[in-house]
Amino acid sequence: MTGHREAMRTPGDTILSVEGLSVGFGRGTARVAALRDVSFTLGRGRTLALVGESGSGKSVTSLALMGLLPPSGRILSGRLDFRTPDGRVTDLARLDGAGFRALRGPGISMIFQEPMSSLNPLFTIGDQIGEMLLLHQDLRAAERRRRVIEMLELVEIPGAAARVDAYPHELSGGMRQRVMIAMGLICRPALLIADEPTTALDVTIQAQILDLMRRLQKELGMSILFITHDMGVVAEMADDVAVMYAGAVVEQAGVLDLFDRTRHPYTRGLLASIPREGLGPDDRLVPIPGSVPPLSALPPGCAFAPRCPHARPACREPVSLEPKAPGHLSACIFDFAGEAA
Amino acid sequence: MRSYLLRRLVGMIVVIFLVLTIAFVLVRLAPGDPASLMLGPDASPDEVAALRGRLGLDRPILVQYATFLGNALQGDLGRSLFFNQPVLTVLANRAEPTIFLALFSLMVALVIATPVGIWAAYRRGSFLDQASITSAMLAASVPSFLTGLIFQRYLATDLGWFPASGYGGAGADFAERMRHLVLPSITLGITNSALILRFTRASMLDILGEDYVRTARAKGMTERRVVLRHALKNAGIPIITVIGLTFALLVSGAVVTERVFNLPGMGNLVVNAVLRRDYPVIQGTLIVVAGLYVLVNLATDLLYLVVDKRVRY
Repeated sequence: MTGHREAMRTPGDTILSVEGLSVGFGRGTARVAALRDVSFTLGRGRTLALVGESGSGKSVTSLALMGLLPPSGRILSGRLDFRTPDGRVTDLARLDGAGFRALRGPGISMIFQEPMSSLNPLFTIGDQIGEMLLLHQDLRAAERRRRVIEMLELVEIPGAAARVDAYPHELSGGMRQRVMIAMGLICRPALLIADEPTTALDVTIQAQILDLMRRLQKELGMSILFITHDMGVVAEMADDVAVMYAGAVVEQAGVLDLFDRTRHPYTRGLLASIPREGLGPDDRLVPIPGSVPPLSALPPGCAFAPRCPHARPACREPVSLEPKAPGHLSACIFDFAGEAA
Repeated sequence: MRSYLLRRLVGMIVVIFLVLTIAFVLVRLAPGDPASLMLGPDASPDEVAALRGRLGLDRPILVQYATFLGNALQGDLGRSLFFNQPVLTVLANRAEPTIFLALFSLMVALVIATPVGIWAAYRRGSFLDQASITSAMLAASVPSFLTGLIFQRYLATDLGWFPASGYGGAGADFAERMRHLVLPSITLGITNSALILRFTRASMLDILGEDYVRTARAKGMTERRVVLRHALKNAGIPIITVIGLTFALLVSGAVVTERVFNLPGMGNLVVNAVLRRDYPVIQGTLIVVAGLYVLVNLATDLLYLVVDKRVRY
């Protein structure tokens, strides 16, 4: 999982580079900043996990990348440099509707959180998967159907040739998520954004879907932006991790680095609050005190300071994401690497 | 599916039976004696009694009811007192203008309401959205006799584009008769478009917020395809429902519209029948309209099956 990670990457190996992305919702004085100066990079063929609690801005980030922000939301600043399959670099923040339409599918594809409601109930799954091909490739109907069945077999849906004419309500949640994956992958996208693809599924199905995604990633050679709040899934899927809190990235590192040498107090809190192996019956999970502040009332300086056990007066000064070690960035004035949590 | 149809059929029979009963009772609760009314103020009591005997009005009410039901089941809705013809014949002679008026006005309503409703939902809160809601309210609250009079005054009398009233007179060919239906259809259609527009807008608003609409956008299709293929089909069911419901409005609207435009249809017929105390015709119209309404409702329910494969009966 981690053998192919390198410390340095040439720019040509970067498929997505997000620089200073800020997104606001609403207008004028009612505007709320959902994302504040978010930056991260994703290497070609790698998986970057975007981690955080609800409301931390993970999904807004992915919607901004897809050009699917709701009408009240706007990109205020930042660059979203995406290397298209033909090698050109496009700034997604400046892309118009037609540009996005051409990119969605073959360039960037997205799998959504809710397999139950993300498929159109009135069209067969074959129709919905095949529509991707209809939109982006020039194929005859019979050839499209053949490719759809092939794709359904690839995502391990049993009886694919018969299931292609099924309606979503005739499939289980796990099967529907496989259909979503088939739809996302049929145009062989360079980048797959998976927004909590397994959150709505039970644990055994979750493991199967994660397995499937890893296998397909290897086969199709794509990069994955994996959005989750589940540290267990992060450990299983990710090469790199970016931790988000209240609309900003607070720590980014390789996955082992992040787990072994956690630098940001919020990440430490996140890791301490999840059940893990080696926990005895008398050990207690440690919750992070307090709750995420509303985006309309963020404290000055570090947004995590009010909940942070290490907070000092200096934490009220603005803080930015800075390298603390090669390949390891943290947005904290202190550097806690190696210390006990 | 078969048992569903069977249940629906039984339900329809019950409804028709209730309608027959209500029609019978209502007409007999009305004050005034049809026999003396038909014969006029100069008729002698003997003449009135003779006519009452001929019409069966002197028999016990339950016997009248049983006879009425028995005849109705055999397709005999009685004879019109005024025309002295079988009620079904009288109705059949007046059916054409009413059927085409209903059909055309529904088309007018759909042509106005569906695109505007979709657009208003898509551009929610825009000027066009506000304007469409306001005009729908206006269309629903201005009575159709007023709209009809305005059209007659400007489009018929002043501009002479369409005939102002009537149905072309005896011997008018089909095209000429349909020409006489243009203004009535627009009048009735505008009134009925209001409800369909509000429903279309509301159900499109719901659907446009659904996850699968976002999925459709994420697939890289045009907004036009997102709205017209993925959203509209889902919004279709409530729209079909309201179209079925407006059928009732259409019937009552047809009465007024036919009156204003002096069309020889069933609406006009029933108004005259009430004034003439032509009981069998009133009963007959009630029964035919109720039967149609039941059929339209069945048709809408069956249409769900075609649109939405999740629906199982």
